Amino acid sequence: MSQSPASKAPETQRINEDQGKLERVRGIEPLYLAWKARALPLCYTRPLVDAAACHHRRPSVNKTSHLSSNLIKFHASFTAQSHSLFAIVAEGFSSSRDMANGLTHLERLEAESIHIMREVVADATNPVMMYSVGKDSAVMLHLARKAFYPSPPPFPLLHVDTTWKFKAMYALREKAAKDAGMDLLVWTNPEAEERGINPFDHGALHTDMWKTQGLKQALDHYKFDVAFGGARRDEEKSRAKERVFSFRSASHGWDPKNQRPELWNLYNARKAKGESIRAFPLSNWTELDIWQYIMLEQIEIVPLYLSAPRPTVERDGMLLMVDDDRFPLEKGEEPVMRSIRFRTLGCYPLTGAVESEADTLEGVVQEMLLTTTSERQGRAIDKDEGGAGMEKKKAEGYF
Amino acid sequence: MTEKTAPTYETDALIAEDIGAYLEQHQNKELLRFITCGSVDDGKSTLIGRLLYDSKMIFEDQLTALEADSKKVGTQGQEMDFALLVDGLAAEREQGITIDVAYRFFATEKRKFIVADTPGHEQYTRNMVTGASTADAAVILIDARKGVLVQTRRHSYLAHLLGIKHLILAVNKMDLAGYDQSTFDQIVADYSAFAKEIGIEEFTAIPISGFKGDNIASAPSANTPWYKGVSLMEHLETIELANAEARKRPFRMPVQWVNRPNLDFRGFSGLVSDGRLKPGDDVRIIPSGKTSKIKSIVTFDGDLDEAIAGQSVTLTLEDEVDCSRGDVIASADAPPEAADQFEATLVWMSDEAMKAGRGYWLKLATQTVSATVQEPKYEINVNTMEHLAAKTLDLNSIGVAELRTDKPITFESYDDSKALGGFILVDKITNATVAAGMLHFSLRRAQNVHWQPTTITRDDHAERKNQQPRVLWFTGLSGSGKSTIANEVEKQLALMNRHTFLLDGDNVRHGLNKDLGFTEADRIENIRRVGEVAKLMTDAGLIVLTAFISPFRAERQMVRSMLPEGEFIEIFVDTPLAVAEERDVKGLYKKARSGELKNFTGIDSPYETPQNADLTIDTTQMNPVEAARYIVDELIAKGWR
Repeated sequence: MSQSPASKAPETQRINEDQGKLERVRGIEPLYLAWKARALPLCYTRPLVDAAACHHRRPSVNKTSHLSSNLIKFHASFTAQSHSLFAIVAEGFSSSRDMANGLTHLERLEAESIHIMREVVADATNPVMMYSVGKDSAVMLHLARKAFYPSPPPFPLLHVDTTWKFKAMYALREKAAKDAGMDLLVWTNPEAEERGINPFDHGALHTDMWKTQGLKQALDHYKFDVAFGGARRDEEKSRAKERVFSFRSASHGWDPKNQRPELWNLYNARKAKGESIRAFPLSNWTELDIWQYIMLEQIEIVPLYLSAPRPTVERDGMLLMVDDDRFPLEKGEEPVMRSIRFRTLGCYPLTGAVESEADTLEGVVQEMLLTTTSERQGRAIDKDEGGAGMEKKKAEGYF
Repeated sequence: MTEKTAPTYETDALIAEDIGAYLEQHQNKELLRFITCGSVDDGKSTLIGRLLYDSKMIFEDQLTALEADSKKVGTQGQEMDFALLVDGLAAEREQGITIDVAYRFFATEKRKFIVADTPGHEQYTRNMVTGASTADAAVILIDARKGVLVQTRRHSYLAHLLGIKHLILAVNKMDLAGYDQSTFDQIVADYSAFAKEIGIEEFTAIPISGFKGDNIASAPSANTPWYKGVSLMEHLETIELANAEARKRPFRMPVQWVNRPNLDFRGFSGLVSDGRLKPGDDVRIIPSGKTSKIKSIVTFDGDLDEAIAGQSVTLTLEDEVDCSRGDVIASADAPPEAADQFEATLVWMSDEAMKAGRGYWLKLATQTVSATVQEPKYEINVNTMEHLAAKTLDLNSIGVAELRTDKPITFESYDDSKALGGFILVDKITNATVAAGMLHFSLRRAQNVHWQPTTITRDDHAERKNQQPRVLWFTGLSGSGKSTIANEVEKQLALMNRHTFLLDGDNVRHGLNKDLGFTEADRIENIRRVGEVAKLMTDAGLIVLTAFISPFRAERQMVRSMLPEGEFIEIFVDTPLAVAEERDVKGLYKKARSGELKNFTGIDSPYETPQNADLTIDTTQMNPVEAARYIVDELIAKGWR
């Protein structure tokens, strides 16, 4: 065993002894350093330690005291947070169970995603992994490393760049590819570049030119026949019906009425010349699964997901971050430092931030579960054209 | 009553109190997949909407949108129409029905759930089968006012056919039936009788109201004090997972990918489909039958001491044995079999009907082979379970048929292993998934029919004629010059004292094949018979020349595989369509263009150009005599005597 119980146990021990230093861990400035969750990987991949020894570390959950939900303020819950963080560390370990029991849902999701990736590689002639630098991409990339270990994933990463992403995203992009031992291809639509398309002056055209057209150009240019995407079925209603292997015509169109049935875990990857496939290994993951997996597997994500004081302006009801000096300030506008984080990451002038004090992953998950608005609200895309916005965009070739 | 109206929507208190404890609870949940079956009017979408609502999976903005939508297009008056939460695609929202499989997610304190929401009408049988293929349980909805209907029987049969062990009979709309116990009891009695008929051993019946929320999250509801069982949610939280059953079986892992990062490492990657394994276990590679031992179970997170069904792993073996994608690594003392003829139940999923005798790709686990389906033994009426005589299977029909594969595949009965018994059929031209199948058993016909050994052998026949038998298979469009060139080749061979015979398409159709037309199925049979005749003639030592359009690659391949290696020479008479049409020797193109002739190759029926023809003749560059000389020269140059 390459990672024996002996090599793993002392680390846990250390974390436990360092209990008093947890404040310091929580206080790491997450602005420019990619932040890593402090937790142990999925337990089934780990050897079992003495479960009884771990048991006393379980926090006692007092089920009788109920807080009225409208009284909860996030900052108020922070006193409990250091314990919570700790609980995860301890639990990831003590919940290691006998193999007589089944797999947890995360373990099954992981195994399923890996299975899908290997099927793609076995059937495709020129696969690629779409990499957006977001949290779903991070999980997908991590799963790819697992799927082919000890080989590096046998395909490159492709980032369709709009040149308007957050700086922190560019920083992590290069590092993530290097860590995985994979090639990173970056495609910027030359036409959009030449015409100076930007989100401030061109609105919807910006997304169409840089993202939708850019993606088509990149896939055509490199002649990729299968592209992995990080979309999940729980994201949006029209995605609930998308297959794991989704076919695109030679012009990249999607026909929701003409999808192939997918039975058991048998995927039909046969296609005519010119046709391509989008494969979605994260189809059955939910947002909570993604966050939980990031914590358990210590997956590196862009620090913008965690709260920190950042320069912002408020526009059209959205809180925007002034990420670089290309941001044209309107008359009288002055960037204000606010404690913010992002629920999704895209082009910085199009991505709304939320005010938050959650600077740990647990805090983010807690806010996500308590703030009962769905994830995509921060993005402008779904609001176009009523509820069917995304379905329409996909029919036109948006990923 | 658990009824909730306005969004006074409380999230789990544990989230706020102790997020760590909440996450720990969530992390260790199991995953249960189930399917809901019912028609539009049974309140299926409403039930799913209710499950999402009761498990607090609906966000505030979705609730606000739902309220607005309920007023605009809802069918529940001023009350919340939960169905609107789950009907996704624009077309469906307008039609008010669910037309595809949609997957929904929710979680309770104990489990996470994936619901396959599928439409109930008979024309969507394929969608239901798709959803059922991955389900641990099926919730079959019955409208309490209507009782057990034809569709209930169909849904139950399909769920049972796909091997779902846990059937839940949700007797819905109890609110509209006055929460009457005798109504419920009568439905359960009716259903029991039917269930027994089709071999369903057990089921659980629960009286519910998706609309009002009775017996969904907790039971018994105040409205059904007579009900002694658990709520739907509680039941779903406790039934055994299909995965748990798979773990009790002998070990099997279909190999997906051979992992070779360098010369020192050779691993076999796959998803453990059945059983469990440990380093040191004896294994057998099927179909080769070679044995070895598991050396290590490699993962990104370190080597494992044990792996179980449902895990994706990479195995290394103690010995350098041949093993590649499609092979199955299995426990050495209880390995699966390999065979090439089977009986299976097929669910046809394509608008284009099944063609007996045509080659389809068959994908089972990680194996892909070419397979032909025989004429069905019978079709099953999914409403009455009657067996009907059938020549083919249409969209959504289910039948039992024999299949033959071009090489042996490793399999198990679907009853034993879904992973090694479930397969799909793929059309070789359109690449569409046309059928799902469940293997029953192998037919050992190959072992039962023994070849009659003849004293004068094939070689003797050839020897006496002082030649090597060959089939010169001319293929090309109608009017491309196949018969003319074949005729010239035969003349030249006659001059060389060769014993030959020319099988011509038109001539064969006057006699041997006069019962066949020009449909795809008949064309396939036409070629099959010609292939068999040609084979007998080569057994007799003859050189056979055939001139048939033979438009499909699969059929040409079929004939090639009937003959010993090297005896089938595919000669592509390459004449562009425009040229052939201009020549139009028999006036057939004109008829086809005017619509008088249907299924004419090149016009409204495809011609699949040979990809690896042994010889290609460009008739725009050579006349028939030159072409014939070229063919003979090339064959002799290849060592033919």
